[in-house]
This record gives sequence, C-alpha cells and structure tokens, in this order.
Amino acid sequence: MIIEALIAVTFIAAFVVMLAPDEVAGRLAAALSLLPVVGSLYMWSRFDATGNALMGGDIAFETMVPWLELGGYTLNWHVGVDGIGLPLVVLTTLLSTLAIVSAWTPIDERQSQFYGLMLFMEANLLGVFTALDFFVWFVFWEAVLLPMYFLIGVWGGPRRKYAAIKFFVYTNIASLAMFIGFIALVFGLGDSVSSLDMPAIAAALRAGELGSLYGIPAATLQSVAFIAMFLGFAVKVPIVPFHTWLPDAHVEAPSPVSVMLAGVLLKMGTYALLRFNFTMMPETATAFAVPIALIAVISVIYGAMLALAQQDLKRIVAYSSVSSMGYVILGLVAYTTYGVGGATFQMIAHGLISGLMFMAVGVIYNATHTRMVGDMSGMADRMPVTTGILVAGAFGYMGLPLMAGFAGEFFIFKGAFASTVTAGMPLYTAAAMFGIVIVAGYLLFAMQRTLFGAFRLETDYEVGPAALHETVPLAVLLVTIIVLGVAPDLFFGMIQDAVNPLLDFGGELS
Amino acid sequence: MPIQTQLPTWTAVTPTLLLALTALVLFLVDSIDPDSTRPTALAGISALGSVSALVVAGWFLLAGTGQTGSGGAIELYGGSIVVDGMSLFFTVIFASVAAMVSLASYDYLRDRTYQAEFYSLVMLAATGMSLMASSGSLVTVFVSLELASLPSYALVAFLKKNRGSVEAGLKYFLVGAVSSAVFAFGISLIYAVTGSLLLSEVAAAIGDAGDLVGVAGIGIVMIAGGFAFKTASVPFHFWAPEAYEGAPAPISAFLSSASKAAGFAVAFRVFAVAFPIDAVVPMGVDWPLLFAVLAVVTMTLGNFAAATQENVKRMLAYSSVGHAGYALIGLAALSGGGPNGSVMGASMAHLLVYGFMNTGAFLFIAMVEHWGVGRTFEDYNGLATQAPVACLAMTVFMFSLAGLPPFGGFLSKYALFYGAIQGGFWWLAAVGAINSALSLFYYSRVVKAMWIEDPSGTFDLGATPLGIYVAVLVAAVGTLVLLPAFGPVVETAQSAATALFA
Repeated sequence: MIIEALIAVTFIAAFVVMLAPDEVAGRLAAALSLLPVVGSLYMWSRFDATGNALMGGDIAFETMVPWLELGGYTLNWHVGVDGIGLPLVVLTTLLSTLAIVSAWTPIDERQSQFYGLMLFMEANLLGVFTALDFFVWFVFWEAVLLPMYFLIGVWGGPRRKYAAIKFFVYTNIASLAMFIGFIALVFGLGDSVSSLDMPAIAAALRAGELGSLYGIPAATLQSVAFIAMFLGFAVKVPIVPFHTWLPDAHVEAPSPVSVMLAGVLLKMGTYALLRFNFTMMPETATAFAVPIALIAVISVIYGAMLALAQQDLKRIVAYSSVSSMGYVILGLVAYTTYGVGGATFQMIAHGLISGLMFMAVGVIYNATHTRMVGDMSGMADRMPVTTGILVAGAFGYMGLPLMAGFAGEFFIFKGAFASTVTAGMPLYTAAAMFGIVIVAGYLLFAMQRTLFGAFRLETDYEVGPAALHETVPLAVLLVTIIVLGVAPDLFFGMIQDAVNPLLDFGGELS
Repeated sequence: MPIQTQLPTWTAVTPTLLLALTALVLFLVDSIDPDSTRPTALAGISALGSVSALVVAGWFLLAGTGQTGSGGAIELYGGSIVVDGMSLFFTVIFASVAAMVSLASYDYLRDRTYQAEFYSLVMLAATGMSLMASSGSLVTVFVSLELASLPSYALVAFLKKNRGSVEAGLKYFLVGAVSSAVFAFGISLIYAVTGSLLLSEVAAAIGDAGDLVGVAGIGIVMIAGGFAFKTASVPFHFWAPEAYEGAPAPISAFLSSASKAAGFAVAFRVFAVAFPIDAVVPMGVDWPLLFAVLAVVTMTLGNFAAATQENVKRMLAYSSVGHAGYALIGLAALSGGGPNGSVMGASMAHLLVYGFMNTGAFLFIAMVEHWGVGRTFEDYNGLATQAPVACLAMTVFMFSLAGLPPFGGFLSKYALFYGAIQGGFWWLAAVGAINSALSLFYYSRVVKAMWIEDPSGTFDLGATPLGIYVAVLVAAVGTLVLLPAFGPVVETAQSAATALFA
C-alpha cells in the first residue's frame, strides 16, 4: 500500500497547497513534499523485488485490484516497482522537492497555484513510474501534461503561450499515436489476453501470440505498432527530429519547471521505450536496431552541435539534453546488460545532472536577469559557491569519473561496444562517443566566458552570492551525483537485476 | 429480494411521479404567496424533488428493479410504460441535471418574476423526459416528448424582454412543431404497416410488412428525423446553437444535457425494440447505416462549427452538437448479432458523464453571465486570477469534454469508441477519435483564455453566486469521480442496454 499512500499523499498535498494562501504556499509545499521523499527512501530501504516486473519477476509493493471491465478486458489498479521503476520513483520525489525549494525566489505570483501544480505533477509522475496496468499508466501519463501546460503557460517567459501550446500539441499527438499503436497490439492479441495488464501483455507478445487484425498480418501489425509507439515516446524523449518543442519549452519555462521537465519528464519517454518497445517486442526492436542506433547517434551529435551554437545558457543545457538522451537510446538498443542497465542508470544520472544545471542557471538568472553568454563574464567573483557547483555539474555532464554521469555513460559505452545484436554497433558507439568531445567543448566554452575572467554584467542588477535556499538544493544534487558516481551500485545492482531477464530472447543472444 | 414482490407495480414509476409531484407542489407553494421574491423555498423544493427522484431511481437501479436479474422489465398500462434498467439509468441523468440546474437557477433568477413557473416548467420537462425513457409505445413516446418539449419552448423564451431569448424560443418552437408533425406522421405510417403502436408488437409485425416495406421505411426515417431534432443532430440541429445561446444559461445546460439524453433514451428504445435489425435490415431499411451517416456528419460538422466560434456559449452549443454525434455511435454501430448491448451501454454511460461535464460548463457560463463578464473568448482572459476555483472546475469540464485522461470524459469516450471497434465499426471510431482530438483545439482555447492570457481589463465580479457555485462544484466533482467510478456505471448501462436486445 505504500505506493498508493505515496501517490495519495502527494495529491492531497497538491490540493492543500492549492488552497493555501500565497505567502506560505512555497514553504508548505516544500514541507509536504518531504513526505514522498521519505516514503520513496523507505521503499528503497525495504526494496526486495527480483527480476523484471514485466517478465515474471517478483514485484515490490505490488497491489492489484480490479477496477473496471470494458468489453471483455479487465482494467486493474495494478502498481508495483522493480529495479527499473524504483530509482525513477526516488529521482522524482527528490527532484520535485528540490525544484519546489528552488522556486521560492523566482516565483512571485500565484504561488499557491504554482506549487499545487508542481505537486500534482509529481503525483502523476509517481503514477507513471509505478503503474503496471496500461490503462492506469496512460491516465497518469496524460495527466502529467496538464500541469506542465499550465506551468509553462502561466509562469513562463515572453513566448510562453507559444511554447506551452507547442508542448501540449506535440506530446498529445504523440500520445495518441502511441495509444493507437498499443491498442492495436492488444486487439491483435485477441483472446490470449483478457486485461490491459502490462506483464500479461508483455508475456503474450514475447510468446509470439500476436495474430492478424482486420487482415493485417501479425508481423506487419507488430512493426507498425512498434513504430507508432516509438514515435509516441520519441517525442517525449525527445530525439531528433522530434525535439523542436523542447528548447522552446525549456527556454520559456521558469527554471524549477525546467528542472522537472529535463530531470523527470524526459525520462518518461525512455522509461516507456524500455518498458514497451524494448521489453515487449525485442525481435522488432532488434529488427529496427540499425535505424534506431543511427537516430540515437544523430541525436547525440546534432543535439551537441546545436548546443554549441547557442548563446543562451538555458538553451545550451536544453539542447545538451537532446544529446544526453541520445546516449540512453543507444544503450537501450545495444541489448546488453551494461547497455540497457547503463541506459537506465543514465536516466537517473541525467535527471540529477540536468536538474543541477538548470537550477544553477536559474540561480544565475535570478541574480542577473539575463541568460545570454555574451552579457556576462566573471560571475565566479560574485557568486563563488554557485559557480563552483555549476562547474562541478558541468564536469558531471562531461562524464568526469566519480560522478554519476561517468558511470552512466561508461556503462552505456561498455554495453554498446559489446553488443552483438546490432550490426556495426561499435562504429555507432565510437561516433556517439565523439559527442562527449563536443559536450566538453560547449560547456567549457560557455563557462569560460560567463564564469571566469573579469566581472562584467550588462544589466542593472547588483549581483551577490545566492541565498541559502537557492544553494542548498544545488548542494544536495551535487552530493547525490557524487554519491551515485562513487557507488553506482546503490542503484545499479537492482537495475541489472531487472534488466537481465530482458536480454535473453529467442535463444539467439547471450 | 426483488422489490416488485413487495410493492405494487405502479411504484416502479416513483422517480417520475416524484418529479411531477414536485412541479405540482411548486404551483401550490406559489399560490400561497404568488408575489414572493424569495426564491429560496422554490429552488429548495425543486432541488429536493429532483434529488429525491435521483435517489429513488438510483436505489431502484442498485436493487435491480425491472432488470434481467429480478424478473425483467416492469410493464404498466398494457406495456405503454416500461420500467427497466435503461429507463432508471436515464432518469438518474435527468434528475441529476435537474438538481444542478435548480440549484444554479436560484441566483440566476434573482429579482425576476414568474420564478415558481420557471421551476415548475423545469420539473415538468424533467417528468416528460423521464416518461420518454420509459415509453413502451409510440403514443407514450409522442405524448411524453411533447410534455418535455412544450415547457422547454417556454423556458427558452423565459427572458421575455430579451430579444435573443424570445427569438430563440420562437425558433425552437417552430422547428420543434415541424419535427413533431414529422414524427407523428412517421408514427402513423408505422401504425398503418403494423397495426400497432406498442413497441413490442410493432417489432413482431414489421417483419411481415410485405408490399408496405416502402411505407415502413419512410415511417422509420421520419421517426428518426424526430429524434434527430430532439438530440440536435444534423440535419435538424439548426435550432440548437440559437436556442442554447438565447436561452437563460441554466436552461441551455438543461436542454443540451438532459433533453438531449432524453432524445437518445427514446431513440435507443424505439429503434432497438421496435425495429429489430435482424428483421428490418433484410427488408432494405438499413437504419444503422442512416445513423452512421448522421453520426459522422453530426460530429464533424458540430466540431468544425465549434472551432470557428468567438462566443464561448455558441462554441459550447456547437460542441454539444458534436457530442450528439458521438452518442449516435450507440445507434450507428449496431448490427445483427454484434456486441450491441455494450455499444449502446457505452453510449448511455457517455451521456451520463456528459450530463455532468456539459451541465457544469453551461452553468459556469451562467455564473460568468451573472458576474457580467462578456461572452467571447477574449472576455474570459485572465478570469482565473479572479476566480481560480471556478476556473479550475471549468478546466475540468473542458478537458473532460475533449476526452483527456484524468477525467470521466476520457473513459466514456474510450468505452464508446472501443464498443464501436468491437462491433466492427472501426472507421466510426476513427472518425470519432480524430474529431475528439480536434476538439481539444477549441476547448483548450477557453482554458488558455482563463489561465494563460493576461486580463484585458479589470474584473468586478462582486459576490459569488452561491447556488451556481455549488452546482458547478458538484458537476466538477461528478466529472472527476466518474473516472474511478466508471466501472459500475458502464456495467449498469451495458446490462440495461443488453436487456433491450434480449
């Protein structure tokens, strides 16, 4: 019942904060959001799942009660976590609290609504990462969009309306494509499934029980559904060429919302890709492995090149997300323990690091009211602590050893080189690794010009050190990043345990 | 223990009687103090009457009155009135909408004359709708249809000093009168062919129409036309935007939710029972095809018309035409031997959810009118800064009408499209899904105006009208709760609908 409690507490907190007066909303939201943090850490300490939730593993904290029946399909309230879901749950609760605290400075109007929506989004994200019934999962998945739409549209920058609508339209159409693809699969399975339970559907699909539907043969149906779902999730990740909503959304969103967007929302896409495309249809995934790997490489390189060309600090971090998420796709398509496990680990690592980067950029913006690289230099003189943390975060992004990003990328590359599934995988991996050089390039370039050198600022603001409540979330994130970098096994063990069952399909792979 | 073994059978119509009784009590109260300007008692009686009808109908529904499990449909007056799961289900819809409308009218009618008449007419119309849902013969269908329609004409024209209202009433009345005539003529043709007006006897006789197939076909089409008017389906939808826009906003809510549902109630029963597909379609009268065409045209036309509106109330009126198209799937996706009960049941469940979300949306507009804010999208700009809770409720209605997940409208649309696919009408579901996706465009415009746009002027909202406020919140909570509680609702509806095809 702890998962239900976690989700319910967060929903109730959202409601309470929504009704609270503006003056206390921020503090109240931060305090209440500690409850899910404690809950998720408790879950982590008591975690006892084995194997993959979708492949007959033992699921931790599982609940399954019938909800309703529609046309012969039972929909259940089915939640639980395995080694893939739990780290993301912890990431969600931790990052939400930190994002809420970091919002105290920049958010100065309609606070109770802002924090209420943040908590509402957190509750739905928790639902996404724990739901094991497709229908329940889809309800949460779509429900995440609504608060994000408002968070960008109401509190965002000058072009917020455009960015909010673009985000909403892109992701909503993507969801529709994905939904149709998945439902087509369920219909194609016919009598072999009687519910929309994800483990049941995964088992049926892997057992090859897909039949033809309206005269479309099973193989075609599976490929078409795979593509529809891949596109649906690809928009969320996002990968090139479906990434154009992301910079707009990021630049217009207030920093705490960017933290959530980059830190957690993008992971919904890769999480769903792993759960649906790569778990349920491994043969199709390997059949499409070469194009997917190519898309991943293009995302890495192109995203990094775009980042290199930006003048806006936030845009730099935003485009670098496209690049980093490309690594995750590369790891998934490798179909090795280290590849898929590393991809999952990289989801967490990127969530923390990009969260840190956006938050740090937000702190600088709060102080200077500009994000343009050309407008400032020598920030290190005035904001030494923030600068230090930002530099450390950037090193994490570049994959400096003993930081979480290194572990994630290392696992991915190790796994991808060893991949036997995809032809020419070492080549793609080598190409993708070149992305690291570009990442280092644009991060060092941007930091050298903004942080170091003589102090200069082209606005009228006096710049001093950041407030304590701005620094603490950054510090917490940095510590977490280092801890996970030094001891990746805090999560990597359970991730591997959940990932390993995926790899052995058709007897062709080791 | 089945309830009808303990009570006389006429008690099965208690919910309908309660509504009629409420109307009479309202007249009685009014005769004691005709010049009263204190509407509390009237609104209270009206709301209480509808809630008690709601409770009784819900209780009967749960107890299984007239359903397959406990002896089947209860027939009264030689089968002219039938109480079964379907009639009770629809009575629940009418009674809940009537209750919300009564509650909301309290503020809307402040300082107006003829208040008792207003509430009585609402109650009489609700009685007529409830009778429509339990009509077992074409005569009762016609009479109850008129009982529901005549008060509605008066209610639309209720603001008799307002040109829009009077014009709307006149338009509604004229189209209504013509469609009544068409409908009555259709009934007479069916009578000519079958020699009966009881639905079950019509069903038995229509297969032997022989040379009179053409007459029967014309009769069926004319009857379908009568329903198309009542449900505001294309091509008899022209009155709807005018009437909904001109009428007092609570009445728009009432008409577009309850009255429309009543039209569907009677259409479902008449076509499912009196014109069985297995008998009629081989004769060449393919009424499911007729409704399929109507459904596609209605939802597409309603949607596109809604997308071009600048006035929120008109947009809702056209979107309500679009929703009639979705509900028509319940008739269009029927086929001989298909999963007809589940399709029609899904349509009924959609009408219930629609009853909450659409009533809520119109009542929100009533509240905005009460505040004196304008009617266009621009006038709504920044309203959320002034009235966040009410705007939150409106947001729930809009997203639910668009069929987005965390709300009841998502599941009811899903069940509807799903039922159509199950019946083999995947193209119907596809048109519905595309329309539904497009509808997000104009629904989200309202949301965007309220929350994201900056206010163009300053608002002076004054005191919150308590009655409307409570009604809107009730509707919002209903829309939300119908997502987790959708299971029992759709199961009840589907088992009630399946009983018709037995």
